[in-house]
Amino acid sequence: MADYSWPEADRRAQIGARPARLDGPVKSTGFAKYPSDQNPRGLLAAKILTCPHAHARIVRIDTSAAEAMAGVRVVHVIQGEGSEIQWAGDEVAAVAAVTEDVARDALRAIQVDYEVLPHFVTEEDRDQAPGAREAGERAEGDPDAAFATAHRTVERTLGMPQMAHMCLEPHGQVCSWDGDELEVDASTQAVSTLAGQFATELGVPASQVRIRTEYMGGGFGSKFSPDRWGIVGAELARKAGAPVKLFLERDQEVTVAGSRPSAFARIRAAADEQGKLVAWDSDSWGSGGLPGTGQTPLPYVFSRLPNRRTRHTSVPTNLAGSRAWRAPNHPQACFLTMAVLDDLADELGLDPIDFLERNLDLTGRPDTYREQLGIAAEMASWKERWQPRGREREGAVQRGLGVSVHTWGGRGHSSNCDVTVHPDGAVEARIGSQDIGTGTRTIVAQVLAETFGLELHQVRVSLGDNVYPQSGPSGGSSTVGGVTASTRRAAQDALREVLVHVAPRLEAEPEQLLAEGGRVFVDGDSSRGVSWREAAAQIGGAPISVQGRNPGRGRLISSGVGGVQIAEVEVDIDTGVVHIERMIAVQDCGLIINRRLAESQVYGGLIMGVGYALYEEWIPDPVSGRLLNADMEFYKLAGLVDVGSLEVHMMTGPGYDERGVIGLGEPPVISPGAAISNAVANAIGVRVPYLPLTPDRVLDALAGRGGPA
Amino acid sequence: MKGRRVTDDAKRSGFSRRSFLRGGAAGALSGGLTTGLLTGEAGAAAADSEATETVGPGPVDVELEVNGATHRLAVEPRVTLLDGLRHRLDVTGPKRVCDRGTCGACTVLEDGRPIYACSRLMIESAGRSITTVEGLGSPDAMHDVQQAFVDNDAQQCGFCTPGFVVATAALLARHPAPSEPEIEAGLGGNFCRCGTYKGIRAVVAGGKGGGVSGG
Repeated sequence: MADYSWPEADRRAQIGARPARLDGPVKSTGFAKYPSDQNPRGLLAAKILTCPHAHARIVRIDTSAAEAMAGVRVVHVIQGEGSEIQWAGDEVAAVAAVTEDVARDALRAIQVDYEVLPHFVTEEDRDQAPGAREAGERAEGDPDAAFATAHRTVERTLGMPQMAHMCLEPHGQVCSWDGDELEVDASTQAVSTLAGQFATELGVPASQVRIRTEYMGGGFGSKFSPDRWGIVGAELARKAGAPVKLFLERDQEVTVAGSRPSAFARIRAAADEQGKLVAWDSDSWGSGGLPGTGQTPLPYVFSRLPNRRTRHTSVPTNLAGSRAWRAPNHPQACFLTMAVLDDLADELGLDPIDFLERNLDLTGRPDTYREQLGIAAEMASWKERWQPRGREREGAVQRGLGVSVHTWGGRGHSSNCDVTVHPDGAVEARIGSQDIGTGTRTIVAQVLAETFGLELHQVRVSLGDNVYPQSGPSGGSSTVGGVTASTRRAAQDALREVLVHVAPRLEAEPEQLLAEGGRVFVDGDSSRGVSWREAAAQIGGAPISVQGRNPGRGRLISSGVGGVQIAEVEVDIDTGVVHIERMIAVQDCGLIINRRLAESQVYGGLIMGVGYALYEEWIPDPVSGRLLNADMEFYKLAGLVDVGSLEVHMMTGPGYDERGVIGLGEPPVISPGAAISNAVANAIGVRVPYLPLTPDRVLDALAGRGGPA
Repeated sequence: MKGRRVTDDAKRSGFSRRSFLRGGAAGALSGGLTTGLLTGEAGAAAADSEATETVGPGPVDVELEVNGATHRLAVEPRVTLLDGLRHRLDVTGPKRVCDRGTCGACTVLEDGRPIYACSRLMIESAGRSITTVEGLGSPDAMHDVQQAFVDNDAQQCGFCTPGFVVATAALLARHPAPSEPEIEAGLGGNFCRCGTYKGIRAVVAGGKGGGVSGG
């Protein structure tokens, strides 16, 4: 029976190398056609009318004026009279018209009368929440006794608000019908699973729904479903008998198309005289809009902390439901935990790295964290530069260092890949995955090229289409493990078939042959060989086509990683402005396929982390129930000049590579909020209890006020 | 909705190149002044007050050059340059993201100067030469800056990339070795969500030749 494995380190030509991403040239020249760039013949433009109230009932809706307008093709009521709307921005009606401007004109002509109902949008104020649900209490050990005898205890109330995914390409799609066959150019993270969801809603067999996503402009966990606008777009196209492009306007994108749940908690933590954690008590709450939110995993990473009690309350609000946001729940849990531990270290008079090291036995991977903490401290010159909070301070600008640790799973998802070897030597992989910007196309090509001993330009990868074999949605850092494992298995099987055909000619057994450097030759006697092209010619007239599957045999992937980050900041205590000087990331992800792309993922995580640490938050208006910043002026992303110097160290080589491939998208975005908050506390001497660390919150903390979240 | 003021001869013959060369003086006046567009527009309006009229809301003929090709089309005055490029001319390199002059994904060159195409009406660009990211180079013949974006992995999903490439090319054309304030002025108006600034920094550090660092 065939075995599947990665080549030994000294035999790798592609795995672990740094090739540039294959779609770089089409992206940097603007030649890449994204779903929202598709302009098929006869295209109509669609727009959606949304409800301006956070809670209301539709009393009357009159679309007659819109229907009568020149250029309007279809007016579609999504939620009719009597419907109860639960968040501002919910979809009420849609229009397809000859141009976007005409569609917008038509939306303005639709008259809707609402009965406005009471709403609640400020979940930090949980005592006022009408629908709060307690999730119950979990306890282990005897926290009360442990707190009573502890050496030092801290108690903090901390939190971070809801924030947006803010995909640059908005959610949406172009829908085209040919009879009862539907084609959807969708901006999605889930090419292989979308068709079934469209089919169910539209009453056509899934076999008649084609999904294409060659490129897409960002998802971050928010693009797994057709969504209501997908179904509406398909309905408009069916009624109009013409292709319909429907992408959300920016305010809709921010308001309804993806947010990360908030997390607040009142936390007590205690340690003994040796600086060992002995007790934890947390009372957490948060909201993911109308559905509320589940419990954040506390205490984070140090999950074997003895004597702990956790309670959680889910707070529903009249805001659109949250979606999986890169590393769901982890950034929140990380901030809440690491901020409290950092404050406890200060209370104990310990260097926080020393404090974390004393407690690593409470984590799932103490050796990994110990090694990573050492490397990160070295990179930051921590020992020479870290000073305790209680130091003398002069001047307005204060420097500080902060540290955080994180973990993630990242096991490869289910994936199928067809690999074909043609008699002329051409090699191709077809896989129903998608490249959401992580470089999936490139790493699949690297695995192909590695297996057949070819160069990247000699192999072809087709993805982003559900006509290819099913591969999982790109979420939870599951793609790299899934697609590399299915591709490797298919490629190894296909190569074996080729070698069976080549072996007689080389008077050798197939098992003795290697495919490397564009040749097939006898292991140990490279003079007995043929070019790859000649080898492929031996297979006869028909191509060899093999499907590989994940999960499957062999040790190609695993899961479970650790990471450490250190932030260095400057805080102006007169203005409250926080400036990132430097971010350091030390990250493990098993066997790295493409070093350059892996580093890009970590840089990206750091940068996104600076965004939510310093700038990003949904700001709902308690009076109107609407977001006050559903745009890009007042919902602020980090810019080029905001992120400081970024340094990444990947844990790789012996001890890591043997674990196989593990996902990397989520881990690096988890720690920045905690590390930056800890660095600010170190700089100014007090904890700023809420993220993002806006100047008003920093000044409130300096003035001894907790301040509003 | 009122259209842009145009001169009498423009009214007779559509949006002629000549009228827009005159209009172009207003653009030149406004460009580079921190007091902004309104100052220039007001000055132009005063100068032209007796010879101007209103056009629209119906379609107006415009002629403009895009990536070296001359296009003549009728657009409503309210159509932005970005939407005109993307929807009428199928030039989809420039992306619509914020649609209100914040994120820079729609950055194009107008007569060599970087502008937000979402914040310009197409009729304002009549008679002008527009260069989008596609006009700088192609996958087989990339502009140095485009090559440097590839070499430094200064892109992930790639949706902000067209705007960043154009803005970076414009920055490096003016300042081959830009200072920090020049970088902030040149690229502070573009945003990336995936977090590719490290690579973009390396592109800028490489200067006009599109050098590689850290690759």
